Amino acid sequence: MAKEDNKPLDSGISRRGFLKGVGAGTVATGMMPGLAPENAQAAESAKIQGPGEVPITLRINGRNRRVNVEPRVTLLDALRNRLDVTGAKKVCDRGTCGACTVLVDGDPIYSCSMLALEAEGREITTIEGLGTPEHLNPLQKAFIENDAQQCGFCTPGFVVACASFLEKNPNPTREEVRSGIGGNLCRCGTYAGMIEAVLDAAEVQKGGN
Amino acid sequence: MKSFEYSAPNTIEEAIESLGNRWGETEIMAGGTDLVTSLKQRITAPQRVVSLKNISTLREIHESSDLIQIGAMTTLADLSNHSTIQKHFPSLVEAARSISSPQILNAGTLGGDLCQRPRCWYFRNGYGLLAQNGGKSLIPAGDNRYHAIFGNDGPAYFVSASSLGPPLIALGASVSVVGADGKSRQIALDDFFRIPKSESERETSLKPNEILTAIHIPLSGLNNSVYEIRHRHGLDWPYATAAVAFKLSGSKASDVRIVLGHVAPTPWLASKAGKSLEGAEVTMSSAAHCAQSATQGAKTLSGNAYKVPMVKTSVKRAILIAAGIQMKG
Repeated sequence: MAKEDNKPLDSGISRRGFLKGVGAGTVATGMMPGLAPENAQAAESAKIQGPGEVPITLRINGRNRRVNVEPRVTLLDALRNRLDVTGAKKVCDRGTCGACTVLVDGDPIYSCSMLALEAEGREITTIEGLGTPEHLNPLQKAFIENDAQQCGFCTPGFVVACASFLEKNPNPTREEVRSGIGGNLCRCGTYAGMIEAVLDAAEVQKGGN
Repeated sequence: MKSFEYSAPNTIEEAIESLGNRWGETEIMAGGTDLVTSLKQRITAPQRVVSLKNISTLREIHESSDLIQIGAMTTLADLSNHSTIQKHFPSLVEAARSISSPQILNAGTLGGDLCQRPRCWYFRNGYGLLAQNGGKSLIPAGDNRYHAIFGNDGPAYFVSASSLGPPLIALGASVSVVGADGKSRQIALDDFFRIPKSESERETSLKPNEILTAIHIPLSGLNNSVYEIRHRHGLDWPYATAAVAFKLSGSKASDVRIVLGHVAPTPWLASKAGKSLEGAEVTMSSAAHCAQSATQGAKTLSGNAYKVPMVKTSVKRAILIAAGIQMKG
């Protein structure tokens, strides 16, 4: 366990950890060495894994995290339920709404539609990896300044999708922003604010500010 | 989701060996954008999922002077960003980008687009591919607003969900399939799709232990385009699409192929329409005439007659776009 990087997220205590009253300790129980199968070769190709738990290592926001999951566990469920990385949200759970968006090797995907095992060996970035309450990235700042959320539940997915969009389209038109965030839904309908936020963040990134 | 075994072999041979020989025993994972949801909804409950993610050859794109070969695991994003594809096949780029969700384009694959299961809401709600109750389809008397207007003589009424199938067929594409014996065979994409006759069949000619490995498109200088009619320009499937490809010599069209999407259980080759444009000058009126003939043979159900004028409009517009003719109004 010494090698495990189970530091609580960002500000030291996550909302989820606080609610549980135990912080990262809860996470650690899921990864007791005793629960991991002895066979370290489990990741070997062509090997049949599961249906029981399989030890895997996910690289999340630059840290390696070991976790045991059944093959049927999605990346989203592994993040939220096993690793206490709860920024990505579970809404439709069928690859439509975008609330679960994370970056895999820099590209946005729906983490509800990817098995955790499929994400092994890939670089996963969640909303927690984009900025912290103390050090917001320009896009997060622009979301706040443009009042780009109401209930806020879709916001992490939108911010991740928009961040990736901005990186690939540093100088977007309004129309490009509209289609660029076509993989996310906001039921409060705060699209207008979000489009402004992306355009503002683009200006900031270009050095305008 | 029911639990299952998982393997992610490094070679096609190993993958074939991991597959069962009955549908439903095993499922193949490409991008997972359809399969993972299907597993959650128990539309399929395999004992094993075989992932193709480690087979690097399936992501390769090879070009020669007269052919481009695209690995089945090429993502829709990589497909639509590929320079040769952008140069020769605007229809494929448009069809992929119209899916419009970057998340789907980044995860979804070309092979997965061709093999995805129908969106029919009877099927997705557990009534089976043919939505039968006591040997009778529930669809003609049910809510069939998104169902087929062609190829619906029964027992299948669903529409093919593939976005890339219609433009690929119009371009004369074929696919490589590796079978249980480890040998690869090539099938015209038109023959790859088929209308199932019983609940034990699927929508393609793939067998349960076969893998679609590559898509081949001839580089034959065809003008091509796709026109989709959709409810929303976000993540959704269109009501109707038309894909066209033809050789344009002066203003005359030859080798015309017109393929409709989302109106039949397979991408639907409108051969009469193709013939009506063959050798003709492409004009507003010949395009309209061709579009009219593309609707011939449509058999509407109680709730989907609206698709007929959509077919007409999409064919006409696709022809005009492919020929570079400005549309009026």
